[in-house]
Amino acid sequence: MAQFNEAQMAEFKRLVARYPEGKHKSALLPVLHLAQDSFGGWLSSETMDYVAELLQIKPIEVYEVATFYTMYNLKPVGKYLFEVCQTGPCMLNGSDDVVEHIFNTLGIRPGETTSDGMFTLKVVECLGACGYAPMMQLGKTYREHLTKQKVDEIIAECRKNAAVNN
Amino acid sequence: MRRKLLLEKAHVPGIRTYEVYRKEGGYRSVEKALKSMSPDEVVEEVKKSGLRGRGGAGFPTGMKWSFLAKPEGVPRYLVCNADESEPGTFKDRYLMEFIPHLLIEGMITSSYALGANTSYIYIRGEYAWITDILEQAIEEAKHNGWLGNNILGTGYSLDLYVQRGAGAYICGEETALLESLEGKRGNPRIKPPFPAVKGLWDCPTVVNNVETIAAVVPIVNDGGEEYAKIGVGRSTGTKLISACGNINKPGVYEIDMTISVEEFIYSDEYCGGIPNGKRLKACIPGGSSVPILPANLLLKTAKGETRIMNYESLSDGGFATGSMMGSGGFIVLDEDQCVVKHTYTLARFYRHESCGQCSPCREGTGWMEKILLRLDRGQGKMEDIDLLWDIQRKIEGNTICPLGDAAAWPVAAAIRHFRDEFEWHVLHPEEAQKRNYGLAHYADPIHVPVA
Repeated sequence: MAQFNEAQMAEFKRLVARYPEGKHKSALLPVLHLAQDSFGGWLSSETMDYVAELLQIKPIEVYEVATFYTMYNLKPVGKYLFEVCQTGPCMLNGSDDVVEHIFNTLGIRPGETTSDGMFTLKVVECLGACGYAPMMQLGKTYREHLTKQKVDEIIAECRKNAAVNN
Repeated sequence: MRRKLLLEKAHVPGIRTYEVYRKEGGYRSVEKALKSMSPDEVVEEVKKSGLRGRGGAGFPTGMKWSFLAKPEGVPRYLVCNADESEPGTFKDRYLMEFIPHLLIEGMITSSYALGANTSYIYIRGEYAWITDILEQAIEEAKHNGWLGNNILGTGYSLDLYVQRGAGAYICGEETALLESLEGKRGNPRIKPPFPAVKGLWDCPTVVNNVETIAAVVPIVNDGGEEYAKIGVGRSTGTKLISACGNINKPGVYEIDMTISVEEFIYSDEYCGGIPNGKRLKACIPGGSSVPILPANLLLKTAKGETRIMNYESLSDGGFATGSMMGSGGFIVLDEDQCVVKHTYTLARFYRHESCGQCSPCREGTGWMEKILLRLDRGQGKMEDIDLLWDIQRKIEGNTICPLGDAAAWPVAAAIRHFRDEFEWHVLHPEEAQKRNYGLAHYADPIHVPVA
């Protein structure tokens, strides 16, 4: 089973140290982020059990949290996760067209992953970028003022990065 | 030139770094408070300022602070609510991204006022890069002696941490936020007890919005009375407005609360009017939860007075003909937009974000979403409109937290003001798929008297 490496364990310790004695469960959300980032972009039940063990809490305490928050992926996702906002202000500025364009280009609907495991499309609710709509989250940052051309460029950029990293 | 208190320096090159921020007068409020004021005196200045919570509810901050219980030997906490998730709202993000030290400074001064020695900034999980920016700012502040033990040799100590959420609008509700910060599902708590008595880990806690905490900096620097001179009536100081939708210049604007809504939308200093020569149809002036208003009621109150961008004027007329200042998320809809569809996306949002504890909200938000979807697709019946009205009435006021109300109000207001557009969707299902209903009687031109 996968375990945190040395650097990840140091980060784990930094997170847990932020709370008073005995309140280490508070680290659960940040530790789940760390685990998701460390183990392939999603949380398997093995990963969640591992987090429970590290934090000395019951596995169910981890499951109930992991299933509540939308940022935790409970099944595998592609190497690049496109999270396209579709709430009111983004809709006004054409988020439907962005989703449609991704389907036309990559052949995936929301919730689907390309067969090569490269891209997953997810539609999400308001990410707080309403003035820069339409937008998507990609990794740690936002891609805003999306157009078809911009989406094409992002896809090309991802493919290029994947090729370099392989 | 109108006065800016928060964003005046936001675009000074390098302001994100400690050196530049300090050189521009940063951290003066910490020096002043810690060296020459007692904690109670700081609270007193905030009371005098008339500052109202900038997260949406508009509750007087000084009063909230004075409710904080102070039992001997029990730690107290200040938690900053940076879980900005109300559709249309992106002002806190802007402040944190461009001038992060302002929030750190406000956190230190406010924590001192409240007697908190450990404070947290709870930020929405998606703002991952801003978490890095804030942590960097905290490191710099610590390195320069503004955080940690015995700050400025005054004996006051403070540790400050940033906690990331993980995608849940409900965590902007203060008790859900505290649950989340304790590592649990973001289920709101039943109140009372209020956080001021039993908050984080059952200790007395104050939860304040980012903008509220940032506003403490100018209040302490200039004095509460000076701050209260800006604005009008009970809308003192400046307010950040995040403007989006169909406008030429979307973005974050700091306003003093004396300008008219018309000026805000049409002047080049702010939104710069509506693109492509389109006309104004409707606007949600304070984040997706507040009632949508048709253009005629937005620009003038039902009494025919010019509507001003402040708490009192935006809510003039109650929900019958007014709206709310809310979080300052200003969403503009032009004549090409469909109110039914827009309301549907909001209903879907609230269904997605309901925590599921209270039946009226858990079930009702789903029903509203389904009915609005079929109306939007031209598959609705006339009775659906009354059914929607009935459902929202049964959600409002029947849940333990305000998410239920927040989900009900946009639907209620859309039907109240745009019922004809809903009916048209039922009567002309095929046409409704091809084109938008248009402006009808409720919209601009700007100076149409209220019917």
